[in-house]
Amino acid sequence: MKRTVIVLSAALLLAAPALTACGGTTKNNSGGDTGGGQTQTTANPNATSAKDLKITFLPKQVNNPYFTVAQGGAQKAAQALGEQFKATGPSDADASSQVTYINTASQQGQNILLLAANDSNAVAPALKSARQQGMKVVTFDSDAAADSRDVFINQATAQSIAQSQVKLISDAIGGAGEIAILSATANATNQNAWIAIMKQELAKPQYANLKLDEIAYGNDDDQTSFQKTQGLLQAHPNLKGIISPTTVGVAAAARYLDSSSYKGKVALTGLGTPNQMRKFLQDGTVGSVELWDPAQLGELATYAAVALASGQITGKQGEKFKAGELGEYTIGANGEVVLGDPVTFTKDNVDKYNF
Amino acid sequence: MKRLLRWESALFVLLVLIAVIGSAATGGLFLTGNSLFHLGLDVGEIALIALPLTLVIVAAEIDLSVASVLGLSSALIGTLWNAGWPLEAILPFVLVVGALCGAFNGFLVTKLGLPSLAVTIGTLALYRGLALVVLGDQAVADFPYSYTQFGTAPIPGTWIPYPMVLFVLLAVVFGLLLHATAFGRAVFAIGANEEAARFSGIRVKRTKLILFTLTGAVSSLAGVVYTLRFVSARADNGTGLELAVVAAVLLGGVSIFGGRGTIFGVILAVLVLGGLRTALILGDTSTEVLTLVTGILLLASVLAPAVTKRLTRGTS
Repeated sequence: MKRTVIVLSAALLLAAPALTACGGTTKNNSGGDTGGGQTQTTANPNATSAKDLKITFLPKQVNNPYFTVAQGGAQKAAQALGEQFKATGPSDADASSQVTYINTASQQGQNILLLAANDSNAVAPALKSARQQGMKVVTFDSDAAADSRDVFINQATAQSIAQSQVKLISDAIGGAGEIAILSATANATNQNAWIAIMKQELAKPQYANLKLDEIAYGNDDDQTSFQKTQGLLQAHPNLKGIISPTTVGVAAAARYLDSSSYKGKVALTGLGTPNQMRKFLQDGTVGSVELWDPAQLGELATYAAVALASGQITGKQGEKFKAGELGEYTIGANGEVVLGDPVTFTKDNVDKYNF
Repeated sequence: MKRLLRWESALFVLLVLIAVIGSAATGGLFLTGNSLFHLGLDVGEIALIALPLTLVIVAAEIDLSVASVLGLSSALIGTLWNAGWPLEAILPFVLVVGALCGAFNGFLVTKLGLPSLAVTIGTLALYRGLALVVLGDQAVADFPYSYTQFGTAPIPGTWIPYPMVLFVLLAVVFGLLLHATAFGRAVFAIGANEEAARFSGIRVKRTKLILFTLTGAVSSLAGVVYTLRFVSARADNGTGLELAVVAAVLLGGVSIFGGRGTIFGVILAVLVLGGLRTALILGDTSTEVLTLVTGILLLASVLAPAVTKRLTRGTS
């Protein structure tokens, strides 16, 4: 029986190119056929904001301090506008675990979904069907496939984040030495975009003496990130610095450094919240981290979503909307709205922030 | 047999309870076509893999590599798609690879006489590793809607997801195989007493090899369903799913020691676990409660048969 199987698979292997030739469904001939979206209407900037809209806030995972802060901001804006707000979400940042929650929000007849996507593609079919039933989808922090959401609230451009991360680590280790990156999951949309730009940055002449040894994935899990930090330091004895562009990763890495003999010898930077990193910034384990204010991110997402649901904007480039205390924002290319530049936290300014 | 029937009745009552309470708590949302469609999709892969795995566990073996075969199949779909293969060739090819993965498990268990628990913990890591080698950390997502609709849209005019049709077909096949054929009786005999089965002329090794091969093939079929459903071929697809499948099989009244169990019980268990999850999420239960309830139910699934066994023993 096994022989039959082997013969069969060999035959298939040989037959595949032939099948391609006679026109099966391949990557090249399937075109851009990825399923329907939502019909566009025209915007009416003077429409009044709708009240009592049902808003679902769906972070990458619940109990993640970063998203808890973003949730606070979103809730604040929802209250200010007179909307109903609820937060839900999976306990793990697995690619597919958000889909059930998206479908549920759609079944519950929620008007607005605020989503930080774990996997830009895996959530797309569910988002499309939710939008067909009239739900407005605003992604924040990490985008879903552009044709599956209305607007994306970008915390800062990938360019500015990646560039400043490389600059921070270069400054911290004196411009020369081996470095490593401790990322979130291997498929995290944001981190992968930043890492790609970081690599371009590192290829520039001013960073010629920096060598990227390894990219490790802590899966945005505290324990895993802790162990991966340990692994990085053991695997690369000459490691001088670590960039961890995720709040979970940088906190775990700092905790490991703090408790190990590498404290003070290996530099660490990344994206971290002031509250999580305060201790490590003050005792010198970490020189600097940076981040935008996640509360503002959540707030802006809510204002954009309510503007969408009220018909003030449709998600087209150039449309403007008001976001309370944050001021007025303009929608950029691909339905993106950029919150602003990240803030760098050091031991000198960290006490001014509380999130 | 009598005891098993009672266990299935208990599961059925539980299912009705979940439907009634779920509907009441969610304002009727639970028993709508749309909700049942998503429920059907959500349990799709677990339901599919649970079928052959039931036979494996009845034969007193286990296969923990199923979710890794699912991931490998997904990764292969992505890689071959990127390489320009047509889906019509990719899909049968990954099924064959899945069957080979299963056959390799079966080979190690039967020919080398290794315990399946150890073997499949090994191949759990091995196949997942292969998946990562094949596709790396990228995600392939540009599959055409003409295919992905099988995983994302219901059959036109109904609320039935396509994978459910696949599942019903396979459930009939595996149900008949286990309960109405000589092969099925051989599986029960092996699970009840392997020595006795061998002495009564049952080809134990061959039977087990076939079971593992079938499990591999169906796991990679689940990988196809998973990939089309999330429109995302990734090496880490379905990580940890093996535990959910084993849990469903055990909750279905299949004895972990082999020799007892029915396909019908397992189908009920899949519906109970999936229905409970859907109802809890629809009712806005927090994730902590969801994890807790699932855990308690799984524990109950292992405890309940043991307790009923002790009780029936006590009364007789």
